[in-house]
Amino acid sequence: MKRLLLVGAALAAILAAPLQAQAADKLLNASYDVARELFVQVNAAFVKAHPGVTIDQSHAGTSKQARAIVEGLEADVVTFNQVTDISFLVKNGFVSDDWQNDFPNKASPFYSLSSFLVRAGNPKNIKDWSDLVRDDVKVVFPNPKTSGNARYTYLAATAYAKEAFNNDDAKVKEFVTKLFDNVPVFDTGGRAATTTFVEREIGDVLITFESETTGIRKEFGADKFDAVVPSVSLLAEFPVAVVDKVVEKRGSRDLAKTYLDFLYTPEGQKIAAENGNRVHDEAIAGEFKDNFPNVRLVTVEDVFGGWDAVQKDHFAEGALLDQIYGKR
Amino acid sequence: MTRRRVLPGLPLALGVTLVYVSIIVVLPLGALVFKAASLGFADYWAIVSSPRAVASYRVTALSALGATVFNLVFGLALAWVLVRYRFPGRRLIDALVDLPFALPTAVAGIALTTLFAHNGWFGSFLANFGIKVAYTPLGIMVAMAFTSLPFIVRTVQPVLEDLDPALEEAAQSLGGSDASIFRRVILPLLTPAILAGVSLSFARSLGEFGAIIFIAGNQPYETEITSLLAFIRLEEYDYQAAAAIASVLLITAFVMLAVTNLLQARALRYTVKN
Repeated sequence: MKRLLLVGAALAAILAAPLQAQAADKLLNASYDVARELFVQVNAAFVKAHPGVTIDQSHAGTSKQARAIVEGLEADVVTFNQVTDISFLVKNGFVSDDWQNDFPNKASPFYSLSSFLVRAGNPKNIKDWSDLVRDDVKVVFPNPKTSGNARYTYLAATAYAKEAFNNDDAKVKEFVTKLFDNVPVFDTGGRAATTTFVEREIGDVLITFESETTGIRKEFGADKFDAVVPSVSLLAEFPVAVVDKVVEKRGSRDLAKTYLDFLYTPEGQKIAAENGNRVHDEAIAGEFKDNFPNVRLVTVEDVFGGWDAVQKDHFAEGALLDQIYGKR
Repeated sequence: MTRRRVLPGLPLALGVTLVYVSIIVVLPLGALVFKAASLGFADYWAIVSSPRAVASYRVTALSALGATVFNLVFGLALAWVLVRYRFPGRRLIDALVDLPFALPTAVAGIALTTLFAHNGWFGSFLANFGIKVAYTPLGIMVAMAFTSLPFIVRTVQPVLEDLDPALEEAAQSLGGSDASIFRRVILPLLTPAILAGVSLSFARSLGEFGAIIFIAGNQPYETEITSLLAFIRLEEYDYQAAAAIASVLLITAFVMLAVTNLLQARALRYTVKN
């Protein structure tokens, strides 16, 4: 019995020790679904610049990540693809109210947009949002209810329709409904939609972040798919924040701040650009300008009056998005 | 002198069991019910009776029913073959039956989708006949059938093993036809086990999530299962609605298990009497 106790105590000590000792040289970054490759490279570069530090990654839909953090996941920093999911953290007291002032560009180190990927040679001749509602076109993007990526797709399509139909709500709704009718599969996340389009060969066009379309062409061959950038799209900001409640508990605030600052350094910006994200650093943006065709970007603030309004008018239960599903 | 028991006496055993069951089963379910109950009845009803929720019940229940019927036929045949015949590879097949228990359901879902997608091995063959499995309700059924197969085999198998072949021989010697021996001798003895297997298989199918979301198209009203809808409500940070929808699954499974337990008790009584 005594021996058992000793063994138990020793085990407990072994398990508990690392939690205490290494608190400040280890970070957990909770991030969005399709950012895996990006942060593998960012973390490698960061660790090289700050030896002895470990960065752990967690990737999933960012609503799920936000919920996990509120329920106890000890993520020191979040690198999300949606402002609304950080707002949820703010509401629950995990992130400070003015988090958007803590880092440059409203705490968004890089940005992207909803863009198209079509099969080689663009057999269906898809050029813009208006082509996506044709009867002969099948469109793949994930479920806007479970994927931030798809929420941008929905909003970008709506923004396009609002312009095209002069804010005629009925026509906008009809357009978006038609678009949704052309989607054969709603995956739960951005990466799953990529698999459906690439591996299962379903659909004529995949709508996802421009960064993901770049990644797919790198991974599966630029000769297999063509990237198509629509005439207008929605600015997708990738906001970052320090999770106050966690860093205070773990004593990791300085490291967390340094890590997020790193995303704004030329090195961090270069890695982001190499992974298909558009960046604010002018030198780096200039270096990669051939990869990023000019596109007119509208913002959630300008078109929809901010994320709170979007949430209420479009994504809440029973709001516009649910009505579009309801039309079937 | 009291008889020495191998396991500790009743008070300790009962205490440990009750605490364990409370913490592991009752508490989480209680929390779920509590969350759902924090909605007023009108709100609760509006959520669980919304057209989209009702459509998801239909998709889930019909697919689970289909999968269970499929498993009933093939699970019974499988159990019969495993018990009554000796052939090379029998032990291997016996072990394989448990595989769906061991395999992470997401892995099963991805594997099934790869096979049944229109460019997969099965899918490309079935496409010749115009049958689509992946991203249709049929796909949901396939995933459910896969994950719940062991239930029927494993409940029926031990009963079959105990079934004395002499009973069948006696019936044969009395001039019973094969069909009537099966119907009047074998089936009544198996009924309680079959009922148990069927209800477990059905309940498992109702709640399956991981395997299905990969192979279902997840189209609202068509291929959206109830557990996905609960998940979607969670993604909207609407814990109460998620709990409300989950409670419908919970109540359904509970009612069904209770009913099959009753039927089982009756079937057992019948068997003993005769």
